[in-house]
Amino acid sequence: MAQETEQTIKAGGTELTLVRGGSGRPLVIFHDELGYTGWMGWNEALAAERELIIPLQPGFGKTPRLDWIMNYRDLGGFYQRVLRDMNLGQVDVIGFSAGAFIAAEMAASNPDIFGKMVLVGPMGLKPEDGQIMDMFDKTIRTHLVLTVWNTEAPEFAKIYGGDMSPEQFELFEDARSETARLGWEPYMFNPSLGHLLQGVTDTGTLLVWGLRDDFTPRGCIEAYKKAIPSAQIAEIPEAGHRPEIENPDAFIRAVKGFLAD
Amino acid sequence: MKLGYFTERPYRWVKEEEVLKNRAFFAVSNAQFDREKAADDYNYFLDEACYAEELGFDAVALNEHHGNPFCMGSVMNVEAAILARITRKVKIVLIGNPLPVIKHPLRMAEELAEIDLISRGRLVTGWVRGAGSEQFFNNANPAYNREMFNEAHDFIVQAWTRPGPWRYEGKHFHYRHVNPWALPYQKPYPQMWIPGVLSPETVLWCADHAYPYIGLGTSLGPTADLWDFYADQAAKHGYQAGSENFGYLIPTFLAETEEKAQELGRNFVYGGGQGAFSRPEHTLPPGYNSKNAIRMLAKQPGGSWLGISREKINAEGGAATEDVNYDEVRKKLVAGFEKAQRNHQILIGTPDTVIPKVKQILDVIRPGVFTFFAVQGPVGNEDRMTSLRLLGEHVVPAIRDYAKEIGLKDPFTRLPGKQKLTSGVQRDPVVDRDALKHIKFEG
Repeated sequence: MAQETEQTIKAGGTELTLVRGGSGRPLVIFHDELGYTGWMGWNEALAAERELIIPLQPGFGKTPRLDWIMNYRDLGGFYQRVLRDMNLGQVDVIGFSAGAFIAAEMAASNPDIFGKMVLVGPMGLKPEDGQIMDMFDKTIRTHLVLTVWNTEAPEFAKIYGGDMSPEQFELFEDARSETARLGWEPYMFNPSLGHLLQGVTDTGTLLVWGLRDDFTPRGCIEAYKKAIPSAQIAEIPEAGHRPEIENPDAFIRAVKGFLAD
Repeated sequence: MKLGYFTERPYRWVKEEEVLKNRAFFAVSNAQFDREKAADDYNYFLDEACYAEELGFDAVALNEHHGNPFCMGSVMNVEAAILARITRKVKIVLIGNPLPVIKHPLRMAEELAEIDLISRGRLVTGWVRGAGSEQFFNNANPAYNREMFNEAHDFIVQAWTRPGPWRYEGKHFHYRHVNPWALPYQKPYPQMWIPGVLSPETVLWCADHAYPYIGLGTSLGPTADLWDFYADQAAKHGYQAGSENFGYLIPTFLAETEEKAQELGRNFVYGGGQGAFSRPEHTLPPGYNSKNAIRMLAKQPGGSWLGISREKINAEGGAATEDVNYDEVRKKLVAGFEKAQRNHQILIGTPDTVIPKVKQILDVIRPGVFTFFAVQGPVGNEDRMTSLRLLGEHVVPAIRDYAKEIGLKDPFTRLPGKQKLTSGVQRDPVVDRDALKHIKFEG
């Protein structure tokens, strides 16, 4: 078992809290718009070969909110500075949902920053067809239910089952507030991002999409594919917007295979 | 004492079952909108305001909501501008313009200045953050709501007082050329009265600016607590708060008989009433409330806050998907209506029964401004006018005399913040807690 630890470091001009676990070449993970879920099976599987570095987004309850960060491009700029401060050099990255938006912004402004980039149910681009589901006009419970197609997945219950404690409620509200701050309008995409991503030609890119994802529709994948034509696509069956917990075996297989190439 | 008349200008033709099924007024489809009826009603409500003036009210109050048949005042400044011209004496009280939702404080400064000029100084301008649902309707980022409110307010004060042209670079607003050629008639600018439903942050902000705070039908105990909170903060700023710093607004309906008043007054809970203004997911958008407010909400699972409990937010939102037993729902609403009357949060009856209750309220919270909020729902013009007439002919004179007797001064008679308080000297009470003990409240 990888012993993941939470630590706070000085980076990016702030006290950044991050989770680290595993050993091997660094693999940066950007969590989604609801925050870090805790160490799951997929973390454990990837940590067998890589050191996972999971920064906890400013304003999500642990790392202090940074007032100057007003959109995902600002946030991407912040994380670039963090990676420089950590002397990580070129790293591989996985971004989930809004976390994929962050990774894409970073790659767009610095195409050498990532060796390989995995974008899971990515936000950030206006879908070629359809709309990114609005998470802000829903109660948190509805939001959670709609992100997941396979609610029988054991890890869904582990993360979101049972009563919501006051602490969890507050963390969710922190996450939703900060996400609104950055992505309210245009809703979770940046009109210029697609153009800049066309300059990302040497970063191996994998687009992961749960075949039952109603949250980020297939049009999001098409938009990324249009911007980065070399990107591969991994479709995960029996999964919605959280393929890593809804169908972890298929997810791990796809991601591990891509990162190992 | 200033006595005011207020109505939400409800769209009276929305079917109640549509609202109940939607679990709220906000987001009921405008497919039901009838332009002829709406045209009649916009004109009728303006006539009603004129009638209030004729009857001797000191003020007519307007508000603004968006995308909601609960209130037809979608662009309140339009109505205010008309009233500025067609009334002669009454104060035109705006409670208030939702600054973060309009997102254009320079335009707001110009519009309000024009209204104040046309009315020759009868505008009282208030500000609100806009209800949660307004953030959705106007696509206003709720996470910046408080920041935008503060910045817009500060900007408007500058735009009215600092000779232009000048340039403004703020956080949320930017203007190359600030030099409005419409400045308020009143100097330095119209009074600002701030309505609220007991958000401590807003109360504090009002006390910091010595702006009157208007409690919107809030229950008396917590209202008294917040008045004290205001007065303590005022004392820190070196002034004694008094009745001029406080206003109160209460749903009121009168008829010639108690029976009729009860029958029609229950339209205050038509469609669920104020509690059904919007569904939880629209009432509390992310980031709209402070961290402290969210923490309070999170830790009070059984409680209710702004009509919203953690259970409600935790629950799945949306319109009703199952069959609704409308009779059952209505029964519960009527029970709530009756309880609200017993708790002095809704006043229903004839002048004989309503006047003593108003006096009791004045005894406890001692406001300098008291506003009657007209009935909601499909009540006809004639019955609305009767209620207004009974208020104007009987209640207003009686309450005016009583306010004088117990020394309630309004913000025009004694300017808020002008009663200086020497440092270290105990402030005077602003509420009467003994009087509160005489009212029996139901939990």
